[in-house]
Amino acid sequence: MSSQAPKPASTRVDFVLNGHAVTVEIEPRELLIDVLRERLRLKGTKRSCDVQVCGACTVLVDGLPVSSCTTLCVDAHEHTLTTIEGLAGEGRLDPVQRAFIAHGALQCGFCTPGMILAVRSLLSQHAAPSDETIRHYLRGNICRCTGYVKIMEAIQDLVRDPSRYQTEQK
Amino acid sequence: MRPHPFEFHRAAGLAEALALKASHGDEAAFYAGGTELLVALKARVLQYTHLIDIKRIAELRGIRPGKEGGLVIGALSTHHGISNDPLVRRLLPAYAELSEQVGNIRVRIAGTVGGVLCFAEPHADAPTLLCALDARLRLAGADGERTLPSRDFHLGEFTTARRDDELLVSIEVPPQPEGSRAAYRCFGKAERPAVGVAAVWREEGPSRLSLWAGAIVGAPTRLVQTEKAAGELPTGLNAEQVWQRLQPVVAAEAARLDASDDLHGGADYKKHLVAVLAKRAIEACLS
Repeated sequence: MSSQAPKPASTRVDFVLNGHAVTVEIEPRELLIDVLRERLRLKGTKRSCDVQVCGACTVLVDGLPVSSCTTLCVDAHEHTLTTIEGLAGEGRLDPVQRAFIAHGALQCGFCTPGMILAVRSLLSQHAAPSDETIRHYLRGNICRCTGYVKIMEAIQDLVRDPSRYQTEQK
Repeated sequence: MRPHPFEFHRAAGLAEALALKASHGDEAAFYAGGTELLVALKARVLQYTHLIDIKRIAELRGIRPGKEGGLVIGALSTHHGISNDPLVRRLLPAYAELSEQVGNIRVRIAGTVGGVLCFAEPHADAPTLLCALDARLRLAGADGERTLPSRDFHLGEFTTARRDDELLVSIEVPPQPEGSRAAYRCFGKAERPAVGVAAVWREEGPSRLSLWAGAIVGAPTRLVQTEKAAGELPTGLNAEQVWQRLQPVVAAEAARLDASDDLHGGADYKKHLVAVLAKRAIEACLS
């Protein structure tokens, strides 16, 4: 091991982010969360524990949740990413977002982007998850306001009656 | 915090990865899921000037049938992949269940079994069960491949029998005898097990029980006295009768383990957990 390593040349990383092709030139050591937040100015992805425990920095890579705080951006090369900014489109919210709003399933909101992306992924893998499956899947998304009951209610209702959240609630 | 700068090499095959390691030596680390290594690099506990990404190496991938009903698990298999694999679920349901309980969903999606084994953080789940199942590990180095029992692989905290220039290729779980049952039970208040116990129970014979405790000392530990006592039990006992006879042996054996206090609990508490979890694992095998 050496402490005087020369600065490595930057490397090119191509990926699809929220439906758009993106190319960044980065140092290999750069973390995905920093590229998203600082370079691409997408501040919806939150940094909290920084050790892949809390879930605030969750983004989807090919539809599956990853901790962007402990993922190298080079590993996004040739993959498809979704951040919270990419979930809503054309002025329409995602059904998960609508269910969270309808049930007041957020307090300070800091865990909410990661929580919503985790639920999005859960529902893509389990069409009708049991309460136990929901709890197990979200075990790694921590809400320090401890608003878990409302979050559970939002997801349960979305699973029970998805049509209710397909269109904007007035 | 970001890691110190490094060069990133994406190895296309096993030979290329080993050649990169040979040319960069101590300055290079193999890199796969990153759930252990990146945390250490970010905390600057470890530092490398070259990372050799092995994620695209086909030879390290896949889960397939082994000889005579055994199972071969590629080192790059993720916990998520193992827990959802039809072959693992059928042949080794205990290992599928264990994998489903590792860390959190993001760790299970990124983290690999090879990483867990080679990083050798003692507070891990898979090594304990793989020892109880008597799995063999296939390693590739510059001068060819070798296999060794997982029971000889784990040497202590963050220490294994893998040479620095070797790559773990696959884990080979031997066929389990007809009627044998395996179970792993763990407990911890954080994302890692404070203690885990794995049991494999075969129907009859002096070696009917394989019992290993993990996370309690530096490497998975065989509970030899309890295995011996189980081998001497008369046939035809129910689960309750089995446990009545084994309980004092497990408790005495756990009390002798060289455990120490750590973030996961005091030594006495963890020794107590060994007996509790042994009961749960053995009962799960016999239920």
